[in-house]
Amino acid sequence: MFLVWIILLPLLGAALSPLAAQRGRGVAAWSAGSASGLALALTLWQALPLTADSEAHISWSWIPQLGLNLSLRLDGLALLFVILVLAIGLLVILYAHYYLPKSDRLGRFYALLLLFQTAMLGIVLSDNLLLLLLFWELTSLSSFLLIAYHPHSSEARKGARTSLIVTAAGGLALMAGLLLLGHIAGSFELSTVLASGDRVREHELYFPTLLLILLGAFTKSAQFPLHFWLPKAMAAPTPVSAYLHSATMVKAGVFLLARLFPVLAETEAWFYLVGGVGLTTLLFGAYTALFKHDLKGLLAYSTISHLGLITLLFGLGTPLGAVAGLFHVVNHAIFKASLFMAAGIIDHETGTRDMRRINGLWKYMPYTATLAMVAAAAMAGVPLLNGFLSKEMFFAETVHHEWLGALDWLLPTAATLAGVFSVAYSVRFIHDVFFNGEPINLPRSPREPGHRIRIPVEVLVALCIVVGVMPGQTVRGLLDAAVTGVLGEVPYYSLALWHGFSLPMLMSLVALTGGVVVYVLRYQLFKLHDRWLPRVSSEDLFYRFSRGILRLARRFMQSFDNRSLQRYLAWLIAVAAITAAAPLTNGVILHGGADLMPIDGVSLAAALILAVAAIATVRMRHQRITALIMTSLVGLIVTLTFVHFSAPDLALTQLSVEVVTTILLLLVLYFLPGGERLEISPLRRVRDLLLAGSSGLVVALLAFGVMTRSHTPISEFFLENAKPLGGGSNVVNVILVDFRGFDTLGEITVLAIAAAGIFMLLRGLHLPLPEHGFGRRQWAVDVHPLIMAAVSRPLLPLALLVSLFLLLRGHNAPGGGFIAGLVAGTALILQHLASGLQWTQQRMKRRYFTLIGGGVLLASATGLASLLFGRPFLTSAVLHLELPLIGEVELASAMAFDIGVFLTVVGTVILILENLGRLSTQQSAQPPTEPEEMR
Amino acid sequence: MILQTSIVIAFAMMSLAMLLNLWRLVRGPDTPDRILALDTLFINTIALLVLGGIHFDSNVYFEAALVLAMMGFIGTAAFCKYLLRGDIIE
Repeated sequence: MFLVWIILLPLLGAALSPLAAQRGRGVAAWSAGSASGLALALTLWQALPLTADSEAHISWSWIPQLGLNLSLRLDGLALLFVILVLAIGLLVILYAHYYLPKSDRLGRFYALLLLFQTAMLGIVLSDNLLLLLLFWELTSLSSFLLIAYHPHSSEARKGARTSLIVTAAGGLALMAGLLLLGHIAGSFELSTVLASGDRVREHELYFPTLLLILLGAFTKSAQFPLHFWLPKAMAAPTPVSAYLHSATMVKAGVFLLARLFPVLAETEAWFYLVGGVGLTTLLFGAYTALFKHDLKGLLAYSTISHLGLITLLFGLGTPLGAVAGLFHVVNHAIFKASLFMAAGIIDHETGTRDMRRINGLWKYMPYTATLAMVAAAAMAGVPLLNGFLSKEMFFAETVHHEWLGALDWLLPTAATLAGVFSVAYSVRFIHDVFFNGEPINLPRSPREPGHRIRIPVEVLVALCIVVGVMPGQTVRGLLDAAVTGVLGEVPYYSLALWHGFSLPMLMSLVALTGGVVVYVLRYQLFKLHDRWLPRVSSEDLFYRFSRGILRLARRFMQSFDNRSLQRYLAWLIAVAAITAAAPLTNGVILHGGADLMPIDGVSLAAALILAVAAIATVRMRHQRITALIMTSLVGLIVTLTFVHFSAPDLALTQLSVEVVTTILLLLVLYFLPGGERLEISPLRRVRDLLLAGSSGLVVALLAFGVMTRSHTPISEFFLENAKPLGGGSNVVNVILVDFRGFDTLGEITVLAIAAAGIFMLLRGLHLPLPEHGFGRRQWAVDVHPLIMAAVSRPLLPLALLVSLFLLLRGHNAPGGGFIAGLVAGTALILQHLASGLQWTQQRMKRRYFTLIGGGVLLASATGLASLLFGRPFLTSAVLHLELPLIGEVELASAMAFDIGVFLTVVGTVILILENLGRLSTQQSAQPPTEPEEMR
Repeated sequence: MILQTSIVIAFAMMSLAMLLNLWRLVRGPDTPDRILALDTLFINTIALLVLGGIHFDSNVYFEAALVLAMMGFIGTAAFCKYLLRGDIIE
């Protein structure tokens, strides 16, 4: 059970962060820190007693049809990564508190950081491939949001976009790969998959599986040639770079290699793919890092290079390679995180990251310089520091490797060469920044930063030394556990500082001296590099590729989409009419045999009015107000039809919606630009006439055909069950709040979202006021005519009463929350109309969002309440009461649901109309005069 | 019997009235004429609904008439405000 809490604690912290941030930055840091800290404490308390071969496991079925289970497992490998993620996370939280500017409230930052932490913990603890994939995608997303933490910087946005595209594309490949793997192994449970290694390696789909999974791992771990997103991601704030892009997230790919090592490794394909890519990345990264003048750029390419080293170690496929790889994961995380933090401090203090300008900082910040130099020495692999140990193991592995046969010398040579460059850029980091003359033209004069921002760096640098001096006493146990998690056993390996004079020792020496020589000769190298190296990079290729795809898509769209609403509608109607008419051509007899109803005079008159109004709407479309009047008439006749044919609910709804729509259109009409009539070509007129006429005809024929047939409608079911199951006799309302209650809940949620969207869109928008009225008439001077106000006000209580009546009895007779909400909303809007915004606002609390949100919450709560009684979501309960005076009363829980609908509708209607009404008001020259107070 | 006959006569008269309203609505000539015509149409519809309620002996018609009376007024008020000021909520 504690496994769940390890993941949940950071998630809770993420949710709490914005709240905590309202109480101050310190509170935010404390809450975020305690979320991580508690999770870390829990891990250490629960997991350390576990011996090397025991593990914690927990599993719940989630979507068994897909093989997706909530299974978590903590073995040695997971433990190593959990501690890494949480411990460094804790230091980064502390660091960020002092690093980010005081104006940043930190709520969003910690929320995103902890969200990322959750995702990362999910990856390492997942015992189900699909679950792992979910968390994998979550790291990509949270990384995207963190890189674009300062969204106003275009560099940050571009970096975030690039990293999202690359890692998400890798995630897609990984998904395909994991699906294949699950298919081969017969289960997505990691325990089963890990046990079927032989089966996987012999399967015919092994190679594509391997390729796809590696693609996912390589994009995440920034392996060549998919590395270019990582330097771009350096646009993120430094704490993010330190945490995500050096210590943890980029290690997810390596983690995946380690996790699936027993299943996929030890084949030739694995060796050539993983080893080859790792070696290339190692060399390329180390070489490029030397030429970066940006402090973070150097560290980014160094990270790429070290990730290549770890990948190469796993690619060797040997047990000791895996040991060295895991060891280097830890060491790299420790020294690289501290280097990034130090770089952040330098950036902070000097105002630039350009190493050609930052020089001689030793004089100004000796303490920080010492810390950074120790960490950089660890990165270079200087003895007595942790980087030395794993690098030595790496050299030893390359020497002892025997896959390449006659080319066996290649691997150690390449490794030494990479070592040379790695020492060279480390020396550059130290010498260029802290010595090498005086700073040049810095924006800020550097000085030693506050003590507290250095604490995380001190902790990490201390770890570099402690691990470097006493590896056996410090990391050995954890490393053994992790190795068991990968290999199932611990091979013999030595963590001694001194192995005697050996080839690896010699390689280390060559790397150290060669690195210094390369650094001394750097200016000549820079020149050679600039002159001879081709300018093409995978980054350019990527951008050219993505631009090409966009252009292609745009051209494709332009060829048949001209953004004309008329054309959309024409296609839509034509297709609908043709598909609907198709069955009619097969000689189906239209008249279904039922008797036709007699035609009475009133219906005939109504039909005539309907037809005339519809045609008049089209004929008079240029006089918009007249067209609107005609549409109102159409609505009126439709309402009449509904009443006459026993659909009172529909009639009431239609009526209310009609008025709200009219007001809405009147508000908008006012702002529509006038102008001369657009001439429509005769050809198009014919097309439109044909389309409209034929689709109308088809619908009429089909309706006639359906209505003259006797059939068993589904309404039988609802009529029979509305009372016993839903507790109401108004079937329409019971369907809305009970049978299809879930739909209604979705609809009011959409309504609420639309209200919020309209509010945001209209906020701060002002539209020009037309000079003249309708037909060049001057606007009336009297803004709020007294008679209108006088008649409107008494209507309000009456309308509210009607609305309440409709709401309360809606379950059993025509009415319900939606209609009641519309009636109440329009009555309130009428007050705005007659007495003005100001007058109404003074008398009405404008808490529309509380109203809307409360409505949605109430409706949801009603649904959830039924869960408490062990019934499915939104099950109705009915209570029969005998009340004095009133008599028998039925209280259905659906009533509460309906009240929720009511509140949402009222809030939305007023919010939208009022905000539209406000558009011009703030701009009008004279403030709206109030109508005289009536006494 | 007398009631039924008078209801039928009333139905015929209301229908005729509505057709005449429609005539005014289509002919205009001015927008205020049209708005008035629409309002009268609403009122005639209310009458028609009440007649229907008596004829078919159903409460549903009355309720619809009630809501129609309210909504018709609000619609007319909005149209008038538009003619007067252009901006109906200010």
